[in-house]
Amino acid sequence: MKFDVVIGLEVHVQIRTNTKMFCGCSNRYGAEPNTLVCPVCMGYPGVLPVPNKEGIRNTLLAGLMCECKIALYSKFDRKSYFYPDMPKNYQISQYDLPFCEDGKLVISGKGLSQELIATKTIGITRIHLEEDVAKSTHFKQYSGIDFNRAGVPLMEVVSEPDMTTPDEAYAYLTALKQIMQYADISDCDMEKGQMRCDVNISVKPSGSPTLNAKTEVKNLNSFKAIHKSLHYEIERQSDVLESKGHLVQQTRGWNDDIGETYIMRTKEDAADYRYFPEPDLMPIEISSDYLEELKKEVPETPGQRCARFIQEFSIPEYDASVLTSDKACADYFEQCIRFGSNPKKTSNWIMVELLRELSQSNKTFDKCPISPKDFAELILLITDNTINGKIAKTVFNDMFSSRKSASVIIDEKGLKQVTDTKEILEFVKRAIENNPIPVQQLKEGKASALNFLVGQVMKFSKGKANPQLASEMIKKESS
Amino acid sequence: MSAAQKFVNKIDSGTIHEASDALETGQISSLELCQNLIGRHDDIDGKINGFLSLDTSQILEDANASDARRKNGKQLSRYDGIPIAIKDNLSVKGQTCGCASKILEGFISPYNATVINNLQKNGVICFGRTNMDEFAMGSTTEFSAYKKTSNPWDINRVPGGSSGGSAAVVSSGQALAALGSDTGGSIRQPASFCGVVGLKPTYGRVSRYGLVAFASSLDQIGPITRDVKDAAILLELISGRDELDSTSLPNSDFNHHEVGNDFDVSSLRIGIPKEFLEIDGLSSEVNDAFEKSISVFRSRGCDIVDVKLPSIAYAVSSYYIIATAEASSNLSRFDGIRYGNRIDRTSDLLDIYLDTRENGFGEEVKRRILLGTYVLSSGYYDAYYLRAQKIRTLIRDDFNNAFNNCDLILSPVSPVSAYPFGSVSDPLQMYLSDIYTIPVNLVGNCAISVPASFDGDGMPIGIQLIGNSMDEIRLLQAAHWFEFANEMEKNDEV
Repeated sequence: MKFDVVIGLEVHVQIRTNTKMFCGCSNRYGAEPNTLVCPVCMGYPGVLPVPNKEGIRNTLLAGLMCECKIALYSKFDRKSYFYPDMPKNYQISQYDLPFCEDGKLVISGKGLSQELIATKTIGITRIHLEEDVAKSTHFKQYSGIDFNRAGVPLMEVVSEPDMTTPDEAYAYLTALKQIMQYADISDCDMEKGQMRCDVNISVKPSGSPTLNAKTEVKNLNSFKAIHKSLHYEIERQSDVLESKGHLVQQTRGWNDDIGETYIMRTKEDAADYRYFPEPDLMPIEISSDYLEELKKEVPETPGQRCARFIQEFSIPEYDASVLTSDKACADYFEQCIRFGSNPKKTSNWIMVELLRELSQSNKTFDKCPISPKDFAELILLITDNTINGKIAKTVFNDMFSSRKSASVIIDEKGLKQVTDTKEILEFVKRAIENNPIPVQQLKEGKASALNFLVGQVMKFSKGKANPQLASEMIKKESS
Repeated sequence: MSAAQKFVNKIDSGTIHEASDALETGQISSLELCQNLIGRHDDIDGKINGFLSLDTSQILEDANASDARRKNGKQLSRYDGIPIAIKDNLSVKGQTCGCASKILEGFISPYNATVINNLQKNGVICFGRTNMDEFAMGSTTEFSAYKKTSNPWDINRVPGGSSGGSAAVVSSGQALAALGSDTGGSIRQPASFCGVVGLKPTYGRVSRYGLVAFASSLDQIGPITRDVKDAAILLELISGRDELDSTSLPNSDFNHHEVGNDFDVSSLRIGIPKEFLEIDGLSSEVNDAFEKSISVFRSRGCDIVDVKLPSIAYAVSSYYIIATAEASSNLSRFDGIRYGNRIDRTSDLLDIYLDTRENGFGEEVKRRILLGTYVLSSGYYDAYYLRAQKIRTLIRDDFNNAFNNCDLILSPVSPVSAYPFGSVSDPLQMYLSDIYTIPVNLVGNCAISVPASFDGDGMPIGIQLIGNSMDEIRLLQAAHWFEFANEMEKNDEV
């Protein structure tokens, strides 16, 4: 039997703000547990929430980046359930009037499997704003709760069920993460819980018009886990259908160690959240003036930036898409260009050398040991023939480990390319003298012989001779 | 007799403005004032049970500090050193804040309510914690988890509720004034039962930050005082826009000097809703008191006009849906996890929740949590909560229309005067008795209860004046005038 797969994602993104969503506590990751708390985010008796404008602004910004309709009249609601990580036992969220609705996100590029996926538009149902809950840690005899996270502004982005493969889901998450980074809304670091994802997936016989009951999978801590859980679920649900079984709506968890989902609850014990409008907060009215101002602040999307790179810097589409897939990388590239380095050469050196070194040393661009200015200088020194490409690679490695600039390293180590013809002539003569056979072959028109002789010159010059000059002089001297 | 002694002798009927004058002129010190009130408390609160606690050493320390400020000419305001009793649902940093509930037994608040900050900025001293119905749910203060407060006019009768403790300590001369909270009449009804003044300000005029929420969209903090002038003074001290309360209104400062004596009462149009006179259970004595009040206004040239509040029949039912819905959510935070009384016989999370809440909450609170949870449940929301909100809008329209034809509305506060303990056991009967006060909370307007008369047993009866939104000046002017005119009338009768 063949099957169609329907996938929709619910992604939670922590918004980067100075303070929490409804109180004045710092919104910061990594502090000592329960040090960023106050009576409000601890749900003490008598406290009231005050909405954070920055949190609302960033939610609207995310909506605009995803081409959503922005609600000019919106409100917060209470979502009730009892759990120790929830200080008030209700969460301030949004129910029927979210800030953003009906948007879209274009996906393309490669999935996790490295297979190219066709460009596709994924619908965004809604983006709403809520407060994060505290973080529970379970020990053998007891549980600990860290309320530092309680009240951090949290955006929930709900997609339409428009994805059909795990690779598409992966591409959607990548695109969403890019958007959040581009708009400076969140770092989306899944390890820090800044981005969290629940997937909804259902499988049906190919071509069948009716959807089967869906499964929601929770506890997914990485893009890889999401990808794997989707594969697992497709197989599990297909097996149920193959064996004439019946699919029921359920919530499952993901066990990353064994690579399997497990049942958490079925629809029968679904919670009744008893949503009702939050009476402690006034409805939020967004003026059209404010919205117009905000529209001007919407940053370039990754797609727009990619197109601009191709046009403005005349670099290939592939280069542009690699560079713009990470905002920090694209920023780095543009800064180098501002220091005058050649776009195509810069792009090559970033993609081949810098990205490799960064990934090998497990660093991100904000921790890059080479500043864009120094990187641009290196490219300039290559372009003006001060050093050749081979020397440049050793200079680059040196820069990466020592943080020194290229010119300092070249001076210290005397790596400057020899362009003085007299000096090169000495090496050329020695190469011709020592290698009569290749010289003979060269005269007979064998190209590889020339390469060999140039190599000899480079060897004598310890790599510093200008290879073009050497090549011309060998031809001249041996004829 | 010394001047100080003169004031002390009438301390059980003294007011904030009199005490303030006495402090300013040096007739009395804050220490003497507080010592005398504590003495009065020690003498009689064993019978009244108005206070849950009174931290006398802290009060005397505060009084000494106030006297030192005044001695150095550094008093924070002319009310520096005035003691005010505080209802047990208002947060005072470092003090217990238990809402008369077992679930918050021993809980110490880590912060000040905005109203407390506002009082302390002016040098006002927090004078004890007054008894109340648990979480302000009740009309008699019988639902306190700790003790029953007696009506000072007859200790076998209830003081009203839920701010029964506040009304009783003011009425019995143990405090010059008190703060209460009013969600459906909890300031006005006990004020009426105890023969004192109770003001529910316009929703948003006084910050709710630090008031333990019962029903967020209805709750409002207000003063319980011995006269209208004091209510105006306390309103001035506690009102104003607060950034910590998103529902607080801009330009909500109040100046009590605007409530002057040069008020032309004859220009007032007083609206009488005929629906209010057709209430089942309106006692003839309350009705008489109400009629008499109308005639006081009429005799001074006021226009008495009929107004219509056609949707008022649904006020009580929609109120008990909205109030309990919000309460069920507001009270869900009391789970024993972060503070308060936790019962953990087992290590099972659900058991901890169930045992803590089963043992921590009293009957009436549980009843309302159940009701509120039910009306918010999926499938019932539209039929109950949504419909109640629609009725609320209709009632608001009724009041808006009424205020197009009048300046103030006059009504009884409660259909009956103070009754003996235990005489109302049917919750529904108790809920229905809130008919005159509840609509004001639903629409958010201001209203005041002023002593008007007495029943055959000598129990006080108040009348209610209802003002338009943010129209406290006119409301208090009229109440102030009535207080005076009514006194004159009584003297004439004698």
